[in-house]
Amino acid sequence: MPLSDLFAPVKLHIPDGFLSPLVSVVGWVLAVAAIAYALRQTRGQLGSKQIPLMGVLAAFIFAAQAINFPVAGGTSGHLLGGTLAAIILGPWAAVLVMTAVIGVQALLFQDGGLLVLGFNIVNMGVLTAFTGHFLYQALKRMLGTGRSSLLAAGAVGAWLSVIVGAMATAVELAFSGTTPLGVALPAMAGVHVLIGIGEALITVGALGFIFATRRDLLDLGEKAPAKATANWVGVGLGFALLVAIFSFAASRQPDGLERVAEDTGFLGTALDPNYKLLPDYTIPFIGNELLSGILAVVVGTLVVFGIGWVVARIQAKSAA
Amino acid sequence: MHINLADQHHRGSSLIHRLDPRTKLIGTLLFIVAATVLPPGAWLPYGLLFAASLVVAQRTGLGTGFALRRSFVALPFALAAITLPFTVPGEGLARLGPLTISAEGLVRFASILIKSWVSVQMAILMTYTTAFPELLWGLRALRLPPTLVAIISFMYRYLFVLADEALRLTRARAARSGAGADRRRTGGGVVWRGKVAGGMVGNLTLRAFERSERIHDAMVARGYQGEMRMLDTPHLHDADRSALVGWVTFLAMTLLIGFVF
Repeated sequence: MPLSDLFAPVKLHIPDGFLSPLVSVVGWVLAVAAIAYALRQTRGQLGSKQIPLMGVLAAFIFAAQAINFPVAGGTSGHLLGGTLAAIILGPWAAVLVMTAVIGVQALLFQDGGLLVLGFNIVNMGVLTAFTGHFLYQALKRMLGTGRSSLLAAGAVGAWLSVIVGAMATAVELAFSGTTPLGVALPAMAGVHVLIGIGEALITVGALGFIFATRRDLLDLGEKAPAKATANWVGVGLGFALLVAIFSFAASRQPDGLERVAEDTGFLGTALDPNYKLLPDYTIPFIGNELLSGILAVVVGTLVVFGIGWVVARIQAKSAA
Repeated sequence: MHINLADQHHRGSSLIHRLDPRTKLIGTLLFIVAATVLPPGAWLPYGLLFAASLVVAQRTGLGTGFALRRSFVALPFALAAITLPFTVPGEGLARLGPLTISAEGLVRFASILIKSWVSVQMAILMTYTTAFPELLWGLRALRLPPTLVAIISFMYRYLFVLADEALRLTRARAARSGAGADRRRTGGGVVWRGKVAGGMVGNLTLRAFERSERIHDAMVARGYQGEMRMLDTPHLHDADRSALVGWVTFLAMTLLIGFVF
């Protein structure tokens, strides 16, 4: 059996060619910043254990992605792993572990491109780790540290982390002009609402097993630097938002083909209202494209976090 | 079953195999950058890039069809761009119900597929002709953070060990949850199956964690102090220099053709 069959690609791996050069560069800037900071944080946290622990756990995530279970209609659920790693190791260590996993998948198995690797790391490593970490910690504070509340917190964290990663992928594809945001965001979010359930089930199963056999491991993530982390991530997310808005504005410039069209004068005829059935990036009833594009992103994010909040409340009630 | 036999690297002594890993990394990255930067619908430069990938494939001694066969891995992702023919405004070609396929949209869609396809091919050729430890050495020589490279090296070292453990767990599950003649019905509901898979992942977590502790102890016993030491990096050979110069010239010409004509 070839390895590529064993490690079926997770559908979030963006191949080369699907992101524009500008978007790829933005992804690398974000990824490099996250990795550099993660390297410093984990060195302080783990000392000389850093390299062997991170390396072996990266191999573990890679291997664990091969453990799948049949869901329905020939599809199977399996792990992405960002949340599980973040719960066991803390978010920064999880960023490194996931970077190694995603990097090797791209270098060795061509799962995901090399130029777009920056955003693949951000989507599947950084965003999943931090979404999972924050939700897990917040829900644990709300629900307590009993078995069922830990599992509920892990489930919500894992589920939403996959959705957030998928939404980020959709936004990047839209910025690159590969697909309109109005199509990509609901499609990616919708599919991953389902895929996220598989992630949640496996994460819960794994947490339950670890809780029963070596509970001390679940406290390791607690010792990870948390306060400095939270502040930094706040700054980082603000920065990411700025970059997103900036690059959205930049991507509104006509690309090469459209410029030619403009110069030769057929853009006027090309922009027939009939072709505006699925208007790029925009919510139709808002005039300003830039404004409504950004609004579409914000609304999508709010909807997902709203769902997460409601689920968390329900879980909290059932756990109490 | 030991899956370390399924590594991607193919031994050989061709010119491409003998190039410095740094040369191959930089060359591949520049190739992908060129493919990404090219405007949509630049068919001649796309053809040149594809021809270059065929020439490189032929020079590796593995044959031109070799990389082609594996190069469809990125194809499922084409779904992400499938809306382009319908949403990009332009000259209408055909109608599908309420949707119009535009020529401009089709060009954009085809361009993305071709760019992605040639990029994957070049990446495959790089991995097939360079052993992974060499690739890691090249990354480190290109100033990637040494700690990150060390983490990836450890990952690669234990990848196959842990994948074997994962396979053993999967085999044990298959043996216990006896599939009937109707293979679609095995085990309980989806939630139950998910929890079983989760338990296996938890099991693997502990094995990985405890293994990493043993590895760390063994390293400390041999004098490890938290720092990976490396030999000096040698200079690039003349063959590497001329290969890189030729490659960059070719890519620059391709870009020039793409943007001027």
